[in-house]
Amino acid sequence: MYVLRQWSVRNSRKLEWLYQCFEGILIALHPFWLWMGYNRIERPIRAVERSVKQFMFDCRMCGSCVLSQTGMSCPMNCPKELRNGPCGGVRSDGYCEVDPKMRCVWVDAWEGSQRMRDQTRIALVQPPLAQGYRGHSSWLREVRKKRDLRFFRRGT
Amino acid sequence: MPSAGRNDPGQPLPILQGHASPGRLERVLRSGKFAVTAEIAPPDAADAEAVYRRASEFDGCVDAINATDGSGANCHMSSVGVCSLLTRKGYAMVMQVSCRDRNRIAIQGDVLGAAAMGVTNILCLTGDGVQAGDQPDAKPVFDLDGISLLQTVTAMRDQGEFLSGRKLTTPPRVFLGAAANPFVPPLDYRPVRLEKKINAGAQFVQTQYCFDLEQLRNYMVRVRDLGLIERCYILVGVGPMPSARTAAWIRDKVPGVHIPDAVIKRLLDARDQREEGVRICIEMIQAVREIEGVHGVHIMAYKQEERVREIVAESGVLEGRAPWYPGVDNGH
Repeated sequence: MYVLRQWSVRNSRKLEWLYQCFEGILIALHPFWLWMGYNRIERPIRAVERSVKQFMFDCRMCGSCVLSQTGMSCPMNCPKELRNGPCGGVRSDGYCEVDPKMRCVWVDAWEGSQRMRDQTRIALVQPPLAQGYRGHSSWLREVRKKRDLRFFRRGT
Repeated sequence: MPSAGRNDPGQPLPILQGHASPGRLERVLRSGKFAVTAEIAPPDAADAEAVYRRASEFDGCVDAINATDGSGANCHMSSVGVCSLLTRKGYAMVMQVSCRDRNRIAIQGDVLGAAAMGVTNILCLTGDGVQAGDQPDAKPVFDLDGISLLQTVTAMRDQGEFLSGRKLTTPPRVFLGAAANPFVPPLDYRPVRLEKKINAGAQFVQTQYCFDLEQLRNYMVRVRDLGLIERCYILVGVGPMPSARTAAWIRDKVPGVHIPDAVIKRLLDARDQREEGVRICIEMIQAVREIEGVHGVHIMAYKQEERVREIVAESGVLEGRAPWYPGVDNGH
């Protein structure tokens, strides 16, 4: 929903905090997920993720979520699906070149990112999107990645 | 006597120490000279002569020629095609690559092909949306974006591998460019975005049309503060507007072009609008040259290519320098 998407950008800092708490819980539950089997829980978690993120961010389930680096403005709503910043066609009023009724998602992203705790994350270069992850849960992949990283650090 | 290899892409110039490419554009920029590039209009024809004719308009007045890749999402001869023809003659090309029409597999293949033909400069672009052109029902690809494209080609050149990590036997020796538009929102973010492009591999940038000096100066202040002028060559986009009506049309219809009302009024009040457009362009070139950190201009003289020579000459930016062109060695 467009209105809610705009609200999310305005409240990017709170959402950043909320997601960090939520991610902590998901990571803490890692043994449980492992016991259940990551493949088995993928479907239900994906369903929850899809409905929450679609409601709040107009999420397109790209499977490689970067909301925390784009000021809580989903870059996949850009008609060109640009993940590294705005194109050169942004209208002078800050609206989209392709869809004049929509504010450029990167104009929103810049504003949102400046409200967040870590304002520099928007400057990170994003690699090309892994098209194969589309439709999959990006929460679970993040959890596994971070869990593995922690485990690895402790092990060495 | 014609020096061996100067106009033969099969025998490119040697790569100088610290250079990424054997190209003349990189040599000019690195030697601290003010560079001039121009955009060639690709023909709507399967005609090599048309391409040669258009390129010859720029003989002796530009350091490299940009071959556009379906600019404005309109279909013309491809940039690979134009480059293939013009590198045969020895022209220094800037091949534009847009992410709109091809996915990562096609683009990486084109980069290899182009570099093998003698293309020494590649400009990585995101590309205009398909809605802007004459075939709005086309499927927009955008598998990569301008920045991930830069990163991809940089890795091909410096690590010698495809995105997949598969090794190349000969990497493409290219000087990498990007586009920048300092004139559209979010204005505060634009310098940060330039830094991001440089981090991804951009060695030079060509900007969108500049008609607003004040805005360019503000942008350049931030760019200098970020220390970017030492890391990247900046070529400012300029061009003559044929009339006030065209200028207003471009402002309203072409994505990303910002033309202040004062410029349109000046054209409107002029006795000869076409001449006034050329005048404005020359003044703009002279003005941007004075800005610290501007290393050249990129002239986009759509349908007025024949005026480029005169614009460059009158602006005096080449300071008597005569860029090489095919045939010059033989006294043509």
